[in-house]
Amino acid sequence: MRELSTKKITEAVRGLCIEANTNLSADVEVALNKALKDEESPNGREILRQLIHNAGIARKEKRPICQDTGSVVVFIELGQEIRLVDGSLEEAVNEGVSRGYTEGYLRKSIVSDPLRRQNTGDNAPAFTHVRLVPGDKLTINLMCKGGGAENCSAINFFKPTSSHDEISQFIIKTVELAGPNACPPVIVGVGIGGNFELAPLTAKKALLREIGHYNSDHDLAKWEKELLVKINRLGIGPMGLGGRATALAVNIETAPCHISQLPVAVNIECHAHRARKVEL
Amino acid sequence: MSAIKLTTPLTNEAINALKAGDEVLISGTIYAARDAAHKQFGLQPPFDLQGQIIYYASPTPTKPGEVIGSIGPTTSSRMDAFTPALLAAGLKGMIGKGSRGPEVIEAIKKHQAVYFTVPGGAAALLAKRVKTARLLAYPELHSEAALELTVDNFPATVTIDSTGGNLFEAGRNKYAK
Ligand code: SF4
Repeated sequence: MRELSTKKITEAVRGLCIEANTNLSADVEVALNKALKDEESPNGREILRQLIHNAGIARKEKRPICQDTGSVVVFIELGQEIRLVDGSLEEAVNEGVSRGYTEGYLRKSIVSDPLRRQNTGDNAPAFTHVRLVPGDKLTINLMCKGGGAENCSAINFFKPTSSHDEISQFIIKTVELAGPNACPPVIVGVGIGGNFELAPLTAKKALLREIGHYNSDHDLAKWEKELLVKINRLGIGPMGLGGRATALAVNIETAPCHISQLPVAVNIECHAHRARKVEL
Repeated sequence: MSAIKLTTPLTNEAINALKAGDEVLISGTIYAARDAAHKQFGLQPPFDLQGQIIYYASPTPTKPGEVIGSIGPTTSSRMDAFTPALLAAGLKGMIGKGSRGPEVIEAIKKHQAVYFTVPGGAAALLAKRVKTARLLAYPELHSEAALELTVDNFPATVTIDSTGGNLFEAGRNKYAK
């Protein structure tokens, strides 16, 4: 058994929240630059230039990239050979979020109750998902997810006999309905399979894959590329002002499912994609 | 594309010269207010509406020594229900992101107003164009409080103009394949 203090988790989460929110990751910046090169629309090019310029200012001045510093989604893979000490794992994560958002001057966007809507004041709690895995390592994948894009996500239950085409249409339609509101160019996370809770979770995990990396399954990789081409023919463009760059990537992940089911979830992520990973 | 310089308060003449797709640089006073502030003020915002611009935004907290935190736009359509009445009362411009409903577009035409888009997620860059920021009302709303901002060459794109010209539609039609 390896002992691991939850204080280390708090410290890690604190740091990841600040880092993710102020330092746009390289894959997104490369993708924005590529989009700028390919963009045909002058309004679209102007928006992309501003986004790239913005990432530079944010990094240099350690300012948040976007004012919506998001809700914090945390995926933890906990090695079975770890014994956690110094308190609760979930509380440690929330404490990390609280410190990161307070000390990092990040916006607090979480309300404690969906109907009474009282702000918690420290952006906690996070949405934490823990999975037990073999080994003695603890991995944290953290994402700060903006509300605007999240609101444009969707799930649909297809028939097991539904065609690829029908599923493609649903995915493209979801991006189309999101339109300018999701801050395009977007990243499209697709979760196929699982059930009512697993499909969206799979879609969210798909967003953790770096832009430019395709699914290791050859057929899925091909589908991802096809979907990206089709989405970028919609004409929505940067911020919906018309243009080529409607999406930067389509990432598909799959999960086993029931013989009577074929759920498909589409999780929309904006270009201000703030994800970080650390292993403890 | 060279940008058109605009100063607030906006005149009808300046507004009528704007066409969807124009890039502008806005200078002067603008007001930041989003969902909760709109709900609070109804038709009596804590500032004179005549010729003014509302920016749908709520910044990140201001660090010591800075004017304001990062401040990009939020989704405008959530304010659609409040907008026609504000336009009738003298509001002339709105800055935000995303589409507007048909009632808002009608009201923009009727009252000769304009809707600008600024890029969501360009909040650090936009903050650099804010020269002063002052809490106007509703401190209890925290980040959603109403603010008075002085901006200098704040970059925006005319998205719905006073004739109903709509860049979301025109742009999309032009580039859809
Ligand atoms: S959708 Fe993303 S880029 Fe747009 S405002 Fe929200 S967090 Fe920022």
